[in-house]
Parts: sequence; structure tokens; C-alpha cells
Amino acid sequence: MSQPKEIFVVMSRCTACKSCEIACAVEHSKSKNLYGAISERPVPKSRVYVEWVSPDGKVPIVCRHCEDAPCMHACISGAISRNDEGVVLTDSDKCIGCWTCVMVCPYGVIGRHLEEHKAYRCDRCPDRETPACVSSCPTQALIYQTVDSFSRDVRKDVSGEMLAGEGG
Amino acid sequence: MSDELNVKEKSLDPAVQQMISKADKQGIITVWDRYEAMTPQCGYGDTGLCCRHCLQGPCRISPFGEEPRTGICGATADVMVARGLDRAIAAGTAAHSGHAKHLAHTMMKMAKGEATDYSIKDGDKLKAVAERLGISVEGREDMEIAKDVAGAALADFHEKETPVLWAATVVTPGRVKVLSDLGAVPKGIDHEVSEIMHRTLYGVDADAVNLLIAGIRCGVADLAGCYMGTDLADIMFGTPTPVVSKANMGTLKQDMVNIALHGHNPVLSEMIVAVAGDLEKEAVDAGATGINIVGVCCTGSELMERHGIPSCTHSVSQEMVMLTGAVDAMVVDYQCIMPSLVTVAECMGTKIVTTMDLCKITGAEHIEFKEEAAVEKAKEVIRVAIEVFGRRKGKPVDIPDIENIVIAGFSVESIVAALSKLDAKDPLKPLVDNIKNGNIRGVCLFAGCNNVKVPQDKNFKLMAEKLLKENVLVVATGCGAGALMRHGFMDPANVDKLCGAGLKAVLTAIGEANGLNGPLPPVLHLGSCVDNSRAVALTVAVANYLGVDTDKLPVVASAAEAVSEKAVSIGTYAVAAGLPTHVGVMLPVLGSPAVTQILTDQVKDLTGGYFIVDLDPESSADKLLAAIDERRKGLGL
Repeated sequence: MSQPKEIFVVMSRCTACKSCEIACAVEHSKSKNLYGAISERPVPKSRVYVEWVSPDGKVPIVCRHCEDAPCMHACISGAISRNDEGVVLTDSDKCIGCWTCVMVCPYGVIGRHLEEHKAYRCDRCPDRETPACVSSCPTQALIYQTVDSFSRDVRKDVSGEMLAGEGG
Repeated sequence: MSDELNVKEKSLDPAVQQMISKADKQGIITVWDRYEAMTPQCGYGDTGLCCRHCLQGPCRISPFGEEPRTGICGATADVMVARGLDRAIAAGTAAHSGHAKHLAHTMMKMAKGEATDYSIKDGDKLKAVAERLGISVEGREDMEIAKDVAGAALADFHEKETPVLWAATVVTPGRVKVLSDLGAVPKGIDHEVSEIMHRTLYGVDADAVNLLIAGIRCGVADLAGCYMGTDLADIMFGTPTPVVSKANMGTLKQDMVNIALHGHNPVLSEMIVAVAGDLEKEAVDAGATGINIVGVCCTGSELMERHGIPSCTHSVSQEMVMLTGAVDAMVVDYQCIMPSLVTVAECMGTKIVTTMDLCKITGAEHIEFKEEAAVEKAKEVIRVAIEVFGRRKGKPVDIPDIENIVIAGFSVESIVAALSKLDAKDPLKPLVDNIKNGNIRGVCLFAGCNNVKVPQDKNFKLMAEKLLKENVLVVATGCGAGALMRHGFMDPANVDKLCGAGLKAVLTAIGEANGLNGPLPPVLHLGSCVDNSRAVALTVAVANYLGVDTDKLPVVASAAEAVSEKAVSIGTYAVAAGLPTHVGVMLPVLGSPAVTQILTDQVKDLTGGYFIVDLDPESSADKLLAAIDERRKGLGL
């Protein structure tokens, strides 16, 4: 079985330009373009967040689609489920806006849509090959890869450093 | 096949398409590659919601109306967008008027006998301009008058008792009142630019409407700079009269020393054209058959309208002329010169020569131009090209076999002269009569640049096609004119194919009366981007003839593929003059619904003009036609 891809974050590459936030909101709009999206109602929402940790930490946070997802277990109305690709989704028709998912999410990446009275979250951009946040990132701080491939890249990098360390 | 599709999405110009494919094959990076690498572009910048005016920033406001809703200082989206727009207008004004000031200094040096290579080529225009400014001409030598005109021009830059003369004396009396009531009469051109920098500073103007009115005032100062640029260039280099020329890369010649003159100001390029003949022998000695001068961008338009120098390419495709491998030197002055030229030149063996102190490019050869030694400097520049030719001689080149016939040189003076062949006593009457009877439904000015975000020339071409069929008289300047000339819109042979019956009849009648044995070209080339002043002058002449203000006329403008901040300031003075003004790319204002609303609607109540922002050429043309029809109705036509 082929491995699903996940969105990984390379924190050191983030410049906090927030391009991912805009791209995410635009992708979740009706018009799918910025000029149209900014005047739409309900307001299109970003599901990725760039947080700041003093003094200069920049951290993009996006739903991890946890294997053992607390939100899914906690949802009282059965609105949250996992699809075949492993993506955890909120069915907005079933959502009753109780915010239990918000309460249990360890990353704080489930939002409350005040106009729709529904919870919203990353859906991994079902209409796109690569999620909009990843495509929009100018510094490749966001990477869309399988866990295996991401880990292999990390191992390669660290191996180089280990060898260099041994040599020095 | 996919490659072919790919180049068509980049440019509609077949010569440019060939050169894009060549660049791809050779791995030469061009503007289209850099654009691709830049996308997706920042949404905050795109909507005007990014501010770097102080060191607490950068600040950005959510375009979705969420947090953060203001900058750190508290500036709202409305304020941030209006400040950003004002600075763009100020930059555009600084550029056009810097060009004009350069001409004014040159004229002053000429009048004082310090720049003896320059002379007065059109004494009648000198006197007409002097009289308009209230400078006496009776019994005075041309050089004395020129000194006063140059003095008046330089005086228009600083704040003084009188308003900017090149603004106040060039619009209708009604427009003077409209602008005065609005507080939009500039006090000094440089003063307005400087004041914009002040009011957009940290903690100054935080009222979007007040900011926008200052922007309009600065836009009117830009009109003054453009108008002055045209006037002074016409006086020193001649007022254009119709001239036959050619456009596109087929104008380069394998066995000649090819010099591409690129930029804006004729102060240098006129001298190069004037002395090229003297150096023919040196070129022949180097193995060439002669010297071939071509223009790029607005320098090209300035030289084409006065001397029929061919125009090689424009705006976004400026790198492409070097891909031919046939350009020996590209000589630049200032504005719209992409720094990337140096990199492409290195690949192709072209020498880039910068000539102005304010526009040097690392990697280019700099030959500082001096008006006091103009001929000598011009020769020095040409000799660089001859030397490069010596190395290029005999090597293969890829010159696309594409050129178009162009009839250029339509100044207001030459248009009136052509019309006077139909009615010597009342030359504007035939034009106005044909507007009244509907043979000419309205007039549209195409201006501005080619933007990499639009397939090159697409908006200009599709819009002009539609408007011409609907009997709209189309005039064009700058790289808008460049776009249309490279697609045959300035070749009289295409009138049949392109123009509606009414327009065709008018163009034919004027052409026949002037002994052309055929019509005028479908689109009239008014000149470079400062020559947008000619469009204003023509509009004002017609308005005065009819005894109405310019905002009542069925005249519209379009910067269909705008790039430069100069296009923003031109658009602003078009709106200040009362024209519906289309922009075919997104202005960075959408982040403020209030500012967007003012620019596209409410400003109509103040000046009669307004912006139409539409990226689709078909619906843009429809909107311009609707604006024309609305005005015809207003005039009872």
C-alpha cells in the first residue's frame, strides 16, 4: 500500500511571510482567487497558522491529522472522521458547534467560523495535488512528503553531519 | 506542441515567441522565468496591505478583514492602501518630471550657449508655448525666448506664488475650476512629490480621502511633467509629422552595426541619431555595411515619431532583442531598464552602455553623458558598438524575419494640419462633425507597458480590435503604441480588416485629402509615455471647441498591461482630467474596499473620471464602450 503524504514543517526556513495563510483561505473560497475571495461572505478561512515565539521563532502550525486523533474521539456528533488517505475531516453538516474538538486539539488548529457556527480545519486541499499552503511557501518551509521520504532526508542530512564530525 | 502553447501564453508577438524558445534552449533566464520563480506572489503586497514606512514594521493587515486589522501605529487598511497608492503616484511623477527637468536644463544650457550641439528645431512651437505661458515673443530672438521658457519650466518644480503653469495652462477653464475646488492644483511639481513623501510618513496623514486628493494633485503635477517633456522635446528636436517606419526585430541587420537605444529621454538618443552618419566610415572600416539604429521602449517612440527610426521591441520583451545575437550595443538612459539586461547581454555578446548618473547597472559599461559635449559623447557610445561589431562579424545570428509597416508621428499639430486639408478655416470641425454623426463613436487612448502577468500584447490587441470595429478612434502612446504597431495596427493597409465602416470613412477621407492615396493607419501613434500629454492636448482642444469640459467627451483611456508607477500617475491624471480610465492588471488597492470604491466610483462626483479595473480584455472593451455611449448620451448624441 502506498504511503500517504503529510505536511511537514521546517521551522528554520519560515520567514513568517504568512503566504500560506492567504493561500489556504483563497483555496477555501468559492472563487479560488485572491481578488474574489477577499469580498466573499462567509469570509474564507485559513486553516494554517504562523505563530511567533519570542524573540525570533517563527512556527507555521497546521493540522497533523493525528493517527490517534483526539478530536475524532471527542466529537459528540460524529462529525469527524478519517478518509481513505488518512485525512481527518470535519463534516460541517453534522457539526453542532460544541467546540469539544477545539478543546482537545493539542495543536490548536481547529477554528470557529463565527458566521457559519461551525468548526473548520485543514482538509489537505482535496482538489489539489499539493496543498495550497505548501505550494505557496516561497522558502519551502512547508514540505509535502511521505513520512518515509521525510525521515530519509533527515537521516541523510544528519549522516553528513556525523561524518563531518568524525572527520573533524 | 506544449512548448508552442507555452510561448503563446507568454507573448502574442511571433518574433518574441521565437526568441523565448531560443532562450529556453540555451538556458538563458528571462523575465518569464523570473516571474514563474516569483509565483505565487505575496497576497499582502498584492492587495496593498503591506506597509514598510517605518521601522516598527513591516506591518500587514489581513485582506480578509480579520486580525491584524490595523498596522502597529493603528493605520487602517484604508490608510495603508491610500498611502501606498500615493507613493506610487509620487514615484511616477518624479520620473516623468525628472525627464522634463532634464530637458529644461538642456534647453537652458542651449540658450546660454553652453550646449552648442543643441538647437531650436521648431521655432513656431517655441513661440506657441511661450505665449501660452505668458512669455513675450514679439521682436525677440528665439534663444532669448527659449531661455525664458526653460526658466519658467525650472520654476514650475518648486513651490511658488503661481500654480504649476504646465498644469494650469493646459487644461480647459472648466477643469481649472474643478481642480481648484478640489484643492488639486499643484503648487510645484517637486513640491507635490515631496509633500506626498511627507504625508505618507509614519504618523502623518491618516485620512484616506485626504490622502487620495493629495494623490490626485500629484497626478496633475505628473500631467505637467509629461506636458513639459513633450513641449521642450518638440521645441529642441522638432514636432513630429507623419513618417513611415517599421517595427519588430526584423529591423535588425546582420551585417550592420546594430545599436538599440532604450529608455526614455531624447536628450542623448537624438545626438546618437544625429552623428551616426559621421561614423559610417568607421563602421565600414570595421567590416559592416553601415550603422543601424533601432529603438526600444519610449526612446524608440521618441526617435520613431521624429525621425522614423524603427522600433525593435517594447517593455517586457526588451531582453529578447539581444537573443537575436545581432545587437552590438544597447544604450540606455533611464526608466524601464531591466537590470537583467546585463546578464542576457553577457550571454549574447552585447555591450550594455549606461549613460546617466542616476541609472547605472553593475556589469554595464558607463559612459557619462554630458549635454556640453553631446556630439563627442554620442560618438564615444557609437564607437563602443562598432568595436563589438568587429568581434561579432561573420558569426551567425537569429533575427526573426518579422517586421510591420508603421506610420507614426501624430502630434496634435500634425493631426490638426491633416484635418485642415479638409477644412482649412476650421480644422477641428471635420473631427467634431464625425464624432457628432457617429462615424467616430468615441476616442480611446491606449497607454502604458507590457506586464509579464499578461500574455504580451493580448489585452491591447483584443481590446483595440473590438473598439476599432465599433468605430472608436484609437490613439496610442508608449509601449501600448509599441504593442499595437507590432501587430499591424499602424499599417494603413489593415484599415479595411480592422475598422468599422464609419471610422474607415473618416480615416480614408483624411488620408485622401493629404495625398496618401489611402487611409490613415487604424491606430494613431501619439508618441512616448510623456506624450500622453498629446492625448490630453487633443481632448482639451475638442472640449474647448465644443465649449464643454473634458469629462463630458466620449473619450476613454486604457493602460491595459500596466507595469510602471508612471502608469499609475498617468492613470491618475487621466481620472483628474475626467476620463473613464481602464487598468488591465490589478492595482494594489483591493485590500481597502473603501479606497477601491472611491477610485472606481465616488471620484466620479469629484472629477467626472474614474478607474475601471478589469483583467478581461473582452469585458474591459465593453465597459469602455458603455462609458463612451453614456457620454454621447450626456452630450445629446
